[in-house]
Amino acid sequence: MKSSVIVFPGSNCDRDVAVALERLQFKNSMVWHKETELPKSDLIVVPGGFSYGDYLRSGAIAAKSNILSEVISAGKKGALVLGICNGFQILIECGLLQGALLRNSGLKFISKDILVKVQSNKNKFFNKYKSDEILKLNIAHNEGNYFTNKKHLEELENNELIPIKYCDEKGNINLKSNPNGSINNIAGIFNKNKNILGMMPHPERMADKILSGEDGLGLFLSLMN
Amino acid sequence: MTVTKEQIESHGLKTEEYKKIKELLSRDPNLLELGIFSAMWNEHCSYKSSKIHLKKLPTKNNIVIQGPGENAGVIDIGGNDAIVFKIESHNHPSFIEPYQGAATGVGGILRDVFTMGARPIALMNSIHFGSPENKKTQNLLSGVVSGIGGYGNSVGIPTVGGETKFNSTYNENILVNAMAIGHANKNKIFYSKAKGLNKPVVYVGSKTGRDGIHGATMASAEFDENSEEKKPTVQVGDPFTEKLLLEACLELMKDNSIISIQDMGAAGLTSSSIEMASKGKLGIELDLNKVPCRENNMSPYEMMLSESQERMLIILDDKKEKEAKKIFDKWDLDFVVIGKTTDTNRLILNFDNKKVADIPIPALADKAPLYDRKWVKSKLPKNKVKIKDLKKIKIEDALIKILSSPNHSNKNWITDQYDQIVMCDTVQKSGGDSAVVRIHNKDKAIAISVDSSANYCKADPKSGGKQIVCENWRNLISVGAKPLAITNCLNFGNPEKPKIMGEFVECVDGIKEACEFLNFPVVSGNVSFYNETNSKSIFPTPVIGGIGVIDNLKRIVDIKTKKSGNLIIVIGKTIGHITQSSFLQENFSIFDGPPPEINLVNEKNNGLAVLQLIRDNLVMSAHDISSGGMLVSLSEMSIHSGLGLKIYKPKKLVNLFEYFFGEDQGRYLIEISKNNIKKIETFLRKNNIFFEVIAEVQNDTFEIEKTFSLKIKDLHNYNNQWYSKYNAIN
Repeated sequence: MKSSVIVFPGSNCDRDVAVALERLQFKNSMVWHKETELPKSDLIVVPGGFSYGDYLRSGAIAAKSNILSEVISAGKKGALVLGICNGFQILIECGLLQGALLRNSGLKFISKDILVKVQSNKNKFFNKYKSDEILKLNIAHNEGNYFTNKKHLEELENNELIPIKYCDEKGNINLKSNPNGSINNIAGIFNKNKNILGMMPHPERMADKILSGEDGLGLFLSLMN
Repeated sequence: MTVTKEQIESHGLKTEEYKKIKELLSRDPNLLELGIFSAMWNEHCSYKSSKIHLKKLPTKNNIVIQGPGENAGVIDIGGNDAIVFKIESHNHPSFIEPYQGAATGVGGILRDVFTMGARPIALMNSIHFGSPENKKTQNLLSGVVSGIGGYGNSVGIPTVGGETKFNSTYNENILVNAMAIGHANKNKIFYSKAKGLNKPVVYVGSKTGRDGIHGATMASAEFDENSEEKKPTVQVGDPFTEKLLLEACLELMKDNSIISIQDMGAAGLTSSSIEMASKGKLGIELDLNKVPCRENNMSPYEMMLSESQERMLIILDDKKEKEAKKIFDKWDLDFVVIGKTTDTNRLILNFDNKKVADIPIPALADKAPLYDRKWVKSKLPKNKVKIKDLKKIKIEDALIKILSSPNHSNKNWITDQYDQIVMCDTVQKSGGDSAVVRIHNKDKAIAISVDSSANYCKADPKSGGKQIVCENWRNLISVGAKPLAITNCLNFGNPEKPKIMGEFVECVDGIKEACEFLNFPVVSGNVSFYNETNSKSIFPTPVIGGIGVIDNLKRIVDIKTKKSGNLIIVIGKTIGHITQSSFLQENFSIFDGPPPEINLVNEKNNGLAVLQLIRDNLVMSAHDISSGGMLVSLSEMSIHSGLGLKIYKPKKLVNLFEYFFGEDQGRYLIEISKNNIKKIETFLRKNNIFFEVIAEVQNDTFEIEKTFSLKIKDLHNYNNQWYSKYNAIN
């Protein structure tokens, strides 16, 4: 499997996700934002961080960078695209995913381990997990409060386009288990074709037992399936 | 045009200091030169009151690669790996403008570390606020925490721990000390000493603006009610540019084009250029028209004294200029040759084709004033407190009171605002005795701890100074690390007052004694004097940041108890020293009496024994006993794991309060499996270590036999409410 990790000025989870990919024998390339061509890749990762310092609006400037037009056309042609955290914000800003990521409801940056429940495993990204499996992942963001209009929300809910939702230890998906105010506890969404995933939690941070756990590994393993 | 008396005064220079300037120049300085002298001679940059005392500290041993005097200290952790680290204060700016003050404190200390060729791998901090009831405290706490997080999160360096304390002594003068830790190849460390003639002096990073002019002078004076007016002297941080500068510098450092490099921190372009030239015994000539400016019509005075952030000065190999510029172009950063090194030993500044300043460099550096200030010994409190004279309380109520107090409450409200695991090497986050960070791609980690004990230092500065070093050492041992070296941030009041100077001298003596005995050298640090408002000084607050190394990732322990049926052993003798304890302070508001004594021999022996047991894989969890005493430490182990404890009553006839809440030093709690008890007892006896089996791990009840019993869930709740209630949005 070949992967590309896009690097913007201000990206800071680029190395982390590359380490996780390489541990699983992905052939990975780091692609600088000024490039105009993407290397041939089965998976494109838009990593977390603070691209362009989050200035103007998180992800807004990165969405206009050279390489992003390549990512957009590859995504539209069906390439697998994974946007994590700031990457999710960028995918929304560039229009590959719909909706908006608002400021966290508590108005503070949140970084902590949270739980999500797998809503659907019938896709390229979560097929190694069981449906309803509870995963411990880590979030670290200021703007992770997902919002979208009623029509799109229904479309997401009805077509298994929400692969993970924030939950508690018992799997309850409610206000108390919602860290950032996200509508319907949404932690990540797909596009219609389920080849583009945006998610706020960081799977790459849970890919090493000696650190905080390995619940994120399944996502990368699924992609290899 | 000569300078006026008012100008001399507003630059914080004393009459006799001005006289000395005139002597050194053999003429009157102009305003720009006066500004430069003021920037170099203030307390913050010159260490004029502290230098003669700091010289006493041990700064060398076989693992020290670079001690104090550089941007940061460097130690050898084996193989090719070096750790570069330093702690620094940003107290004054943070009180005036908490978000930017704290943010730029983090930015500054990060630059100190990557200037030396290290990739920063962790951030820590020690923050002290006034009493929670003080009307400024909530805003300051919230601003400082957001500022620390805002900067570190954005640059992408994990903030892995620290300490937060409240005490009314900081009501008008908070402390914000930030520590950065970086990893470098030990054969590729970069220094600030200039070498070679006619080498290009290159300015890189952000443009220069009018922010932070005279910041260092501001930090070298007391506050009064007009301090708000000093807001413009606080710098504004841009973590995005810092991240670019970090990556660009590290990219440039891969090859050998840098001769020397220095970040523009306090006193900006002035101190960076002078320090580099002074260390290399060279001169430096700058063309100020070339300095990249953010604003129009900036004067030489403003350029030289601006403390705009995210800037560096590099002396470059002249043959490598082109390649170096390419790297900075890639990262969209300014890269401008603004001058050259000379053999004149002078700082010469040109602007609009005129020489605007000409100062011999030794006058600014080596000949800066040095004071052996008057100091007096602190009077030591002798009062004893008899428990039986106090109002009767229940032991469990005393415990709950401590656990739910601001100083002991769980700090998740704070740490949840810090990205603790970006870079994916954080093995232990905050909440334990030390943070543990893996060296990327290696089977090796470092432990980091930051500690202070202002109450102890106030009561007895010398013993307090010893205590913080020991506590830091203990915290590193408690995770399984071999303690290696420290950095210190010495926060004190006005050194011109003999009483304050005395507190400083005695604290430094205490630190020295403990560091020497434990072979725990000081490799970097910073002194912050004038932490006073309206002549009221803070408690003496030295802060110690220590580093230890762990050679085997499988031998790391944390404070969470692991298994029902395991035993808890207390290492070290419990006498029941109760004055200066959290028990008396939280329950009876008694602040009198001496702090616990420090026995360095026991400290060392106990620590090394615990470390050996951890390395032999005989310890399941460990926690040092510090503020709050044994019962508080035991409850912390339980709260973190969710498992209960059955605690035995002491066999000897002692007062239970003194036994369980006394803060005797040099003690640890370790969890062991029953199967290993014989082996461990034999080892401890052989090494003459005092120990007692104190408790057994059980399911969910935390109890002292025949005394009280609490559910862990309740204990957890008592410990977890204060911050969110205090910071609730009303």
